[in-house]
Amino acid sequence: MRSSLAIETRNLGRVYKIRHGRKSEPKELVALKDVNLEVPRGEFFGLLGPNGAGKSTLIKILSTLLLPTSGVALVDGLDVTRDMVEIRRRISLVSGGENSGFGFLSVEENLWMFARFYGLDSRDARQRIHEMLEIVGLADRKHTRIGELSTGLRQKMTFVRGFIPDPNVIFLDEPTLGLDVAAARDIRAFVKDWIRRYPDRTILLTTHYMAEADELCDRLAIIDRGQVLACDTPANLKRSLQQDTIYLLRVAPPDSKPAPNGTLESVPGVRQVTVAAGDGYSELKLRLAGDDALGNVLSHVAAQGSTLLSLEKREPTLEDVFIHLVGRGLSEDAPPNGAQGSDE
Amino acid sequence: MNAEGRVYKATGIKLFWRMLLARAYPRFVSPIREKSWLFFETFLPLMATSAYVFVYKAVDAPPEFIGFVVIGGTMSAFWLNVLFGMAMQLYWDKEIGNLDAYILSPGPIMAILAGMALGGMVVAASRAVFVLVIASLAFQVTYTISSLPLLILVFLLTLLALYGMGMMFAAVYLAAGRDAWQINSLFQEPIYFISGFYFPVKTLGFWFAAAASIIPLTLGLDAMRQILFSGDPALGFLPVEVEILLLIVLSVVFLAVSQWALVTLERIGRRDGRIIERRR
Repeated sequence: MRSSLAIETRNLGRVYKIRHGRKSEPKELVALKDVNLEVPRGEFFGLLGPNGAGKSTLIKILSTLLLPTSGVALVDGLDVTRDMVEIRRRISLVSGGENSGFGFLSVEENLWMFARFYGLDSRDARQRIHEMLEIVGLADRKHTRIGELSTGLRQKMTFVRGFIPDPNVIFLDEPTLGLDVAAARDIRAFVKDWIRRYPDRTILLTTHYMAEADELCDRLAIIDRGQVLACDTPANLKRSLQQDTIYLLRVAPPDSKPAPNGTLESVPGVRQVTVAAGDGYSELKLRLAGDDALGNVLSHVAAQGSTLLSLEKREPTLEDVFIHLVGRGLSEDAPPNGAQGSDE
Repeated sequence: MNAEGRVYKATGIKLFWRMLLARAYPRFVSPIREKSWLFFETFLPLMATSAYVFVYKAVDAPPEFIGFVVIGGTMSAFWLNVLFGMAMQLYWDKEIGNLDAYILSPGPIMAILAGMALGGMVVAASRAVFVLVIASLAFQVTYTISSLPLLILVFLLTLLALYGMGMMFAAVYLAAGRDAWQINSLFQEPIYFISGFYFPVKTLGFWFAAAASIIPLTLGLDAMRQILFSGDPALGFLPVEVEILLLIVLSVVFLAVSQWALVTLERIGRRDGRIIERRR
């Protein structure tokens, strides 16, 4: 019987043994630890996490490029350890910034070659290539050598490549990385349309872009240091913060450090503070227990000799959820931790 | 498309064949798209061949030696193709991101290597013919072919064993990473000497020639020369029949080892997480 789950992991773990010299003792780096996920067929599932969180390790395990060191991972009901070949017939992987193909071959020739690697009939391959290129707006570049394409167009071609073998499950690893706004928008439109047209197919997306995850994903797992911290729909994740109030404050001057985290967090009613440096100001994002706490915050800022430039109340975003769970923003590096690590 | 509207995907031999032809395709079209090979892969080997011809002419060597050099120069196209188009190719493919696609395809990576080999053979053959025809005409080489079918058999077996070795090297170079460049340099020039590209390998002595026979071109060149210049069989290293037998053995061994090496490499790569990582 066909499993109702496209992806399932049970206590999945991956530890790398890294040597920093031929004679040195290998050091263990935990990339994934006890990851439990269930992704039903037809779902657009997202993995959100900072660099080093373990997203790529998870995708590599699910796409059979890497073996787990503990636990079980099933894709389309098949075990990634045992059923490697059969899984590969059913999946596809596209990574952002990928540069595959041969520069002297045209877009169509490259896509044809990759389609044949999956065993597609030549006529089917050409038909699908034509259809997909039409959808992403690359049909007029069909005969252009890919060495002559811009980065964005080449990435669109790579993206199309992933969909041509008609996969049951497709893994998109940062697919819009480095793309301009228009190209990224085209790609998002394409995947949304694809999963609408083929509701039994599944997409697993990793991304750094919160808005992209929010727009595309039915459900999201937030992952950090190899562990899943939360897994729910974007709306539910945001709702989990709705008892809190989010404020965005801009204060000057930035040098006086009006609200270093430790000090401002000690103000009654302040749950979390993140600070970002702007051009001549500091931007404070505050998660407060309620509106009542705002008065205390403003008094504190004034007492520190800072000037309030602007104040904005915001609905919780995925980024707020992320900061709440991970303790830092996506763009901030993880603090050093000898026992953790990843391949990313 | 099948009844469910899904794309039909071949399996087994059909998949292998489709992968093979797909990977051979870039090789087939590259000479048409990138014409720099005309200079580097035909004119330069022709120059090296000519230099040896003039040396032999200067010392009044037997006329067969001119033919030996021309055949050696002709076959050098295949040797260069095996080194740079086979052995190095998987490493290059890894660097540009193609290896991920090869590994993720449901077919065996041997099909990819077989495609590279087929494409490489065809392209190198066109270059070899160019060198052969120009050099033969320029230096008025006379061939006395004792058996055309035997010549074709030896030629094909030589290519099979040679490209089998190339497939094995491809797996080894992939494991070696950036050190592959050094290994390749190590192989390129010395093989011209130990395989007797420009002289009969027999002159190196039996044991040296026997050791050099691990390179299929040593036996292949020697057998082809014996068949092409049947006037003086005493210049041959081993009887042609023995050399054919050894070429068959080499073909089987190289292909089997390359298959084993690729499977092992993938297994270790999946275990250690280094299957497609670049520059680690």
